[in-house]
Amino acid sequence: MKELFILAVVTFFSLLTYWLVEPFAHGQMHAHVDSKSFAYADLPALTKQGDATRGADTFMAGGCIGCHNVKALGMETGMSAKDAAAAYGVNPPDLSNAGAIYDAKFLADLIKNPAHAMSVEHKFDDMHPHPMPAFYGAGGEDIDQEIADMVAYMQSIAVKAEEVTPKMAFEDACGRCHAVRYTKWTQLGEMPNFKYKKDELRFQADVLDAQDAVKAYMGKLPPDLSMYIRSRNEHFLSTFIEDPQSHLHGTAMPRVGVTAHASEQVIEYMKMAGDPLAADRDEIGKNVMIYMIFFVLFAYLWKRQIWKDLH
Amino acid sequence: MAHFEKAKSLNEWFDQRLGVNTLNRVLAKEYWIPKDINFLWAMGMVLAITFGILLVSGIFLLMYYQPNVDLAFDSVNYTIMQEVGYGWLWRHVHAVAASVVFLIIYIHMFTGIYYGSYKKGRELIWISGMLLFVAFSAEAFSGYMLPWGQMSYWAGMVITNLFSMGSLEMNGVVEWIRGDYVPAQAFLDRFFMLHVLLIPIVILLLIGIHFGALRLPHVNNQNGEEIDFEVEAEKYRSGNKAASKVIAFANDFMAKDMFVVAVFLVFFFYLVFWNFGFAMDPVNFDPADGLVTPAHIYPEWYFLWSYEILRPFSKDIGLIAFAFAQVIFFLLPFLDRSPNAVPASRRGLFNIWFWVMLVDLIVLTAMGKLPPEGIYSTIGYVAALVFIALWIALPIITKLEKKL
Ligand code: HEC
Ligand code: HEC
Ligand code: HEM
Repeated sequence: MKELFILAVVTFFSLLTYWLVEPFAHGQMHAHVDSKSFAYADLPALTKQGDATRGADTFMAGGCIGCHNVKALGMETGMSAKDAAAAYGVNPPDLSNAGAIYDAKFLADLIKNPAHAMSVEHKFDDMHPHPMPAFYGAGGEDIDQEIADMVAYMQSIAVKAEEVTPKMAFEDACGRCHAVRYTKWTQLGEMPNFKYKKDELRFQADVLDAQDAVKAYMGKLPPDLSMYIRSRNEHFLSTFIEDPQSHLHGTAMPRVGVTAHASEQVIEYMKMAGDPLAADRDEIGKNVMIYMIFFVLFAYLWKRQIWKDLH
Repeated sequence: MAHFEKAKSLNEWFDQRLGVNTLNRVLAKEYWIPKDINFLWAMGMVLAITFGILLVSGIFLLMYYQPNVDLAFDSVNYTIMQEVGYGWLWRHVHAVAASVVFLIIYIHMFTGIYYGSYKKGRELIWISGMLLFVAFSAEAFSGYMLPWGQMSYWAGMVITNLFSMGSLEMNGVVEWIRGDYVPAQAFLDRFFMLHVLLIPIVILLLIGIHFGALRLPHVNNQNGEEIDFEVEAEKYRSGNKAASKVIAFANDFMAKDMFVVAVFLVFFFYLVFWNFGFAMDPVNFDPADGLVTPAHIYPEWYFLWSYEILRPFSKDIGLIAFAFAQVIFFLLPFLDRSPNAVPASRRGLFNIWFWVMLVDLIVLTAMGKLPPEGIYSTIGYVAALVFIALWIALPIITKLEKKL
């Protein structure tokens, strides 16, 4: 069959070209970073067994709620998101579900030394300390025990790890820095529906102020992540969340220390923002394919009928 | 006033006024196509259908697209992709068709080169085809500007910069093309106009000319055999279809074409639903930002080979080489000095020329995408030189070719 041979030649050269300009070229252009399964192996292992009841007291004493809301327990700092952003550079995240979203080892190291846990030590020193102060102990003799207790406490008040939703994970871990206009998310929370234009403009002006604060804090405005699910691939996002330094050395974006599950939820959120109809694509694609196969069949029968007399 | 009988049927009514029966005979029933052809001869029909798909999907996109630098990105990525029912489908269809159409164009071109279908009365088919290639290139480039992503902006910047003509520094020309110092609103507006109005009209006209240029010389065949169409048509008409070397355009040729089109559409929709990444560059999902240059700027895959002919040389020589690459394929019918319009496999040195050219273009394409560093820039440089050398060699080796 000469036609099949020609088809094989055409297919070969087309696939070769495709392979060269897509998988091969992209492999050469972007350094490949392997996932380390969110193990955070560089952080010290937890040696102490935490106690949530004790941790509740330490948590209060440790001053966390001076900056962070814990809305699930009705604890609020009394500071608006806007003022908090102005004061700290970003609005510190609500800690209601921190115990489920963040890795336990990471939380412990974060409390002890935020810049270290977040891999942003290159940006801070004694002259320019990290806006979240290191915890130096709440009067107990063993600081590691106190920290383990606080972590246990945060875990005890949070939802179960597998109940972390995309929205929770994204808003807590990324939402203080990144806006997502396709889901109406801003650095000051979700943009409400306003009745009056002037209220909307006021809100927008506040958001601009908050963005200025983040910009001053980070050195640049973190990008709006609406379409990042399509401008970066999932593997990139996952390894970038795990360790931003592995892709952008020296970047101001912190390692946020989420668990593997919470990272998946963050990516799920980004899909909801930038590619929410992926499932439709699959569904409709299958139906179109079935239709096309029938088209091929009928076209073939028509050809056979017409060419019967021609051979 | 001419004399008109009262028509006895609708067909007759139209025939009196438009000559539809004559048209049907000349353009379909007795438009003779050689029987000895393979599926590569269906590529033209595949191209026509793909253009139809681009036209229809483009019209749907046009209903929601906003040609405004502040709105364009979201009108495409949010309004069309998320809010409008099936908007995503039209966009994916449009973007994948715009990319795949070039794959088919290249297959179509190389079919023509392999079988020598640009000679002996077929020069105008070739030249109108090349004009179509240029028009499609302009259409694809202008379309690529519309989503106003990072690649739109920076590819627009780089390509319009070429018009400063290197050391001539004709920056006024570049500004005239852009309507501004940098790509901005005026730039988007004019490329929008080109994309949805002027170039599509030119393409439609060129398709007409291309088809017209085919009618008298007829299409070539697999063996380059010279056919006496009068004699063969007579056999066909007298009912001896099996012995005749020709078939009718409709429905004989069409029936086979449609089968190929159907198979192509399976491949096409597979890409639309499950493998569209190659047609929609990830970088273009970042909104245009004149302050942030992307780490790698490269054109869409179908422009890579000519981009790579520009890149490895110094500025001015690169531009000259680039200009050479843009026009040289037009001259193929005149640079090929051999009278043989037969498959390359029977043409000795030309056969080697053909395959080296094909591989060279693929190498150029690959190197055009890779960062121009180390071994890749060397390979790209050599491939660009080979490209130029092949064209210089062409008249010589074809002159030496024996007449078959
Ligand atoms: C404390 C602020 C902050 C937080 C929290 C934060 N980011 Fe970022 N992010 C940044 C900054 C700043 C940049 C710009 C980095 C640069 O260009 O160096 C950035 C850049 C990015 C980028 C673009 C990287 C690229 O290739 O250019 C992505 C994607 C991203 N962040 C995702 C996330 C996700 C997902 C989260 C939550 C898991 C998150 N960020 C949390 C500040 C933050
Ligand atoms: C002076 C205010 C302040 C205090 C007190 C404070 N934090 Fe924070 N916290 C911040 C700020 C600001 C950030 C955001 C830092 C950033 O994004 O760069 C933050 C971030 C966090 C995060 C998110 C980290 C991540 O990777 O996304 C957690 C969890 C956290 N703090 C827990 C605590 C706990 C537990 C305490 C008490 C021991 C505490 N914070 C005390 C200001 C504070
Ligand atoms: C005449 C019919 C056409 C119309 C009305 C039309 C219209 C449009 C519109 C409104 C857009 C912007 C929306 C988008 O980006 O998806 C667009 C994009 C585009 N068009 Fe067309 N188009 C036509 C034909 C073509 C042809 C013939 C080609 C190429 C061969 C082409 C190539 C492109 C490309 C590459 C894009 C960018 C796609 C993307 O990035 O998603 N178009 N077109």
